Amino acid sequence: MPKLSYRDAINQALREEMARDEKVIVFGEDVALYEGSFKVTRGLLKEFGEARVFDTPISEAAIVGMATGAAMGGLRPVPELMTVNFAFVAMDQILNHLALMRYMFGGQVTLPVTIRMPGGGGHQLGSQHSHSLEVHFVHTPGLKVVYPATPADAKALLKASIRDDNPVIFLEHEGLYNFEGEVPDGLDAGVLGQALVRREGTDVSLIAYGAMTHVALGAAEQLAKEGISAEVVDLRTLRPWDKDTVTTSVATTHRAVVIEDCPPVCGIAAEVATGIYDIVFDELDAPVERVSGADLPLPYARELEQACIPHAPDVVTAARRAMSR
Amino acid sequence: MRKDELMRVYFQMRLARGFETRVAEQYMKGRIGGFCHLYSGEEAVAVGALWHLRKDDYVIGSYRDHAYYILRGGDPRKAMAELFGHSDGCCKGKGGSMHLFDWGINFLGGYAIVAGMCPIAVGLGAAIRAKKEDRIVLCFFGDGATNQGVYHEALNMASLYRLPIVWVCENNQYAIGTSVPRSSAQESLARKAKTAYALPVDVVDGMDFFKMQSVAERAIQRAREGKGPSFIEAKCYRYRGHSMSDPATYRDAKEVEFWKQRDPIPRMKAAIQHDFDVPDAEFEEVDRQVQKILDEAVAFAEAGQELPTARLYEDLYVE
Repeated sequence: MPKLSYRDAINQALREEMARDEKVIVFGEDVALYEGSFKVTRGLLKEFGEARVFDTPISEAAIVGMATGAAMGGLRPVPELMTVNFAFVAMDQILNHLALMRYMFGGQVTLPVTIRMPGGGGHQLGSQHSHSLEVHFVHTPGLKVVYPATPADAKALLKASIRDDNPVIFLEHEGLYNFEGEVPDGLDAGVLGQALVRREGTDVSLIAYGAMTHVALGAAEQLAKEGISAEVVDLRTLRPWDKDTVTTSVATTHRAVVIEDCPPVCGIAAEVATGIYDIVFDELDAPVERVSGADLPLPYARELEQACIPHAPDVVTAARRAMSR
Repeated sequence: MRKDELMRVYFQMRLARGFETRVAEQYMKGRIGGFCHLYSGEEAVAVGALWHLRKDDYVIGSYRDHAYYILRGGDPRKAMAELFGHSDGCCKGKGGSMHLFDWGINFLGGYAIVAGMCPIAVGLGAAIRAKKEDRIVLCFFGDGATNQGVYHEALNMASLYRLPIVWVCENNQYAIGTSVPRSSAQESLARKAKTAYALPVDVVDGMDFFKMQSVAERAIQRAREGKGPSFIEAKCYRYRGHSMSDPATYRDAKEVEFWKQRDPIPRMKAAIQHDFDVPDAEFEEVDRQVQKILDEAVAFAEAGQELPTARLYEDLYVE
């Protein structure tokens, strides 16, 4: 089976969806001529032309608003915000327009917009370039939020996101762009809202997403050496998140550790933990552990920054704590 | 213009004014809640701007949108029902006064964020371009909107991409209680648009239908011919406060009186009578027709009810 990088898998998904549907357009800062600041949109301008692949000024709010209006006008826009950090500039358009217009107008508008945004910290990019903003989007009714961990999922879920008629925030982890994984030939669109058990286990459920899925898998390896059998559940979609798969796992293992790289307050882990308590409280033998990013803006210094991001040992510690109850 | 056309203009302005008057009454009776922004005084701007549009052109604007909806051909009953929050309102009661919308008349929304609709207009223009259509987008916003960041982003992009948009700035000189001199370093909103965004601009007396439609016609034609966006600064005045909650104490009575002397409706009547010698009785007949339409709108709204709460979660997502 061919191996692709996460970056190339996304590129392939864009290419295939653009070939399949002429209404799909791609735009954003430096996505066309420069081929993307992370090179994700390499080759698209050449293949599809500047009517469908074009550069914008540094105008994040208008980039999103334009996508919203273009969707209303019958297109299927896939704008890129250069990084998730620049989404703050566009928050009114994302949360106060795109997310709610269908509901507000009584169902009269359909907004098939997929906004791609790379995010995540760990590369000494400083506080303003190192956010994990998934929580803000997951909190908002009207949006769907996807965060793939592997190249195959990046491809399949981006295809699904583009075909979905709802606004989708498609998050990519900058640290995963070079990560390679198997991507079957002809891989078609996946299904949003479905988590995946990446490793089966019986003693504790490690629930994660994005780059943290790999941290969880690393922790599971370590835990296995200690005789602890960890199950790893990759959420893949954060809104709506797959309560069935997660709670079925927890009902089997009776212990849960949720791993997120965003800060803990009202985080993804808080939401998932609460869902676990709501649905399978009686199955739990220990409180749900949360392993989160630090409750801080990320500092520049290398070691300090790494101390703000969950690593496998942090997950192992949390799992042992859950096992000790 | 022909007599029948001008009588239609008179009818439209009376209908828009009359609707707002009824809305104010119903609001005071507690049938309409929340924020409610009336267009009274500005009718010539909307009637003039919309006059030369085709049915398939897109119109988008601010929360002061009752007139846009009705003048675009929207059903006053569905608008009043929406203001009452009822299920047979144009947005099933989920939008309210500020968020009327109707694909059937290509009125694509009233929006609460003053310049929030501007980039959406850019997107509509982009879609028109991509589909190689020759329809255009008419986007209404107020003087206050010209200071929001996203306004600048949107105007820049529309000019950069030469999109088929007509920007109509309704300069009624106040953003709630803050006048243009107190909020815009460049008091000429047209010059602000022209210099920064390379836009052809017109400054027009927004209380004068004839001037408004003439300027709008040129701008619409320019857009339709692929020559890019234009900007119209329509100087006008809202006779009421910013909203039903605003007593407008920041304006003095002399100023209000000055603008009432330039009320577009008596001016239109005078112009028609001057050119075509139409008797008062004919205008009174039009007024009666308008009142009948408005009576029906209110009755329709009064007879309706809200969606049951069981249907609260409909229309959030496409399933």
